[in-house]
Amino acid sequence: MRTAFTAAFLLLGAGASLSAGLGLLRLPDLFTRMHAATKSQAVGLLLVLIGVGIRFPTIEVLTSLALVALLQIITVPVAAHLVGRAAFRTGHVDRALLHVDELERALEPPGDG
Amino acid sequence: MREFTVRAGRRRAIRLPALVWLTVVWMLLWDRPTVGNLLSGLVLAVLLQLAFPLPPVGPQLRLRPLGLAAFALRAAADLLHSAGPLAWQAAGGRGRAKRNSVIAVPLRTRSDLILTVMAISLSATPGTLVLDVRHSDATLFLHVLGAADDAAVAKARRDVQALERRTVRAFGTRDDLRALAEDRS
Amino acid sequence: MTVVLDAVTAMLFLAAACTLVRIVRGPSMLDRAMALDVLLAVIMAGLGASAVAGGDTWVLPTLLALSLVAFVGSVAVARFLTHHVPRPDEPEQGADA
Repeated sequence: MRTAFTAAFLLLGAGASLSAGLGLLRLPDLFTRMHAATKSQAVGLLLVLIGVGIRFPTIEVLTSLALVALLQIITVPVAAHLVGRAAFRTGHVDRALLHVDELERALEPPGDG
Repeated sequence: MREFTVRAGRRRAIRLPALVWLTVVWMLLWDRPTVGNLLSGLVLAVLLQLAFPLPPVGPQLRLRPLGLAAFALRAAADLLHSAGPLAWQAAGGRGRAKRNSVIAVPLRTRSDLILTVMAISLSATPGTLVLDVRHSDATLFLHVLGAADDAAVAKARRDVQALERRTVRAFGTRDDLRALAEDRS
Repeated sequence: MTVVLDAVTAMLFLAAACTLVRIVRGPSMLDRAMALDVLLAVIMAGLGASAVAGGDTWVLPTLLALSLVAFVGSVAVARFLTHHVPRPDEPEQGADA
């Protein structure tokens, strides 16, 4: 039973990681790629960590895994935000792919960031 | 939260929440909670706070169990959900790429901590990406995947404001709740 | 379980291959930074899977160390590029602090 759960979580996690990889490869511009990368990347790793936790349910392992998961949850959005900010400000936006752009206007006066 | 702070000089202070947090991380790092880890963690947390003073963040966080439960459930669901549509899009079901939008969402609360929690959970929400934050009037700038018309843009804005409501109900102080209520009336 | 682990390994290898292609192709430095981030996450997932496969948890400290430094790379690149001069073909990109 536990083995089955471990297997399921590992498979789901690997699947999410794979979708991150495929998204990175196939999506048309930097921002859509970032959507795929940041979300699936974190989900994939968290699912694998849950699988590992089910396989080794001891306090030493679980505390380490909890810390790894916590650091992922905190750092992945930070990295994604900084990359997105840098990308927008250095002109990596493909305007043809945008319907509305409310940040362009906001950046015109000297930014406060 | 002021009463949980021990001041030591003009800039230096030891804050109890930070003390607890640092000690917990220290004990997690050492694999197993023992008395030795607890004590060394506490000593280290005090030394760290004295060595690297941070500007005060003020009493901005309050944990509300019911709101917190609702917030956590929704966040977990979003996190799992967010991998789905993208996987499909990446696997080639996409056809022509849909157009996206960059929108500005003004928040009703001004708390830094609410803003931080929201930015983190937004990056777990399907289809949104935080591009920039304007601190002066607490405005988030988001890249919204697949928002190709005005209706989709309006829906994205409503979703973010719903997230703000959930976040404030989970973590907000009384002032935050009031700011939220005033705006809706 | 062996079949599952084989499948997991294959999927993770495929994911890593995709990110490597993106790292080579670019086109921008930010694409590469982000792809490196994903590659690192895939490697961490692989380490986790290898712990299950080997029945041994000696890789966990490695996982912990990686999670601590994982995001430094792309943050450094992003900071560097934000303070960098805009490309000549993109003259006006707003003043930056």
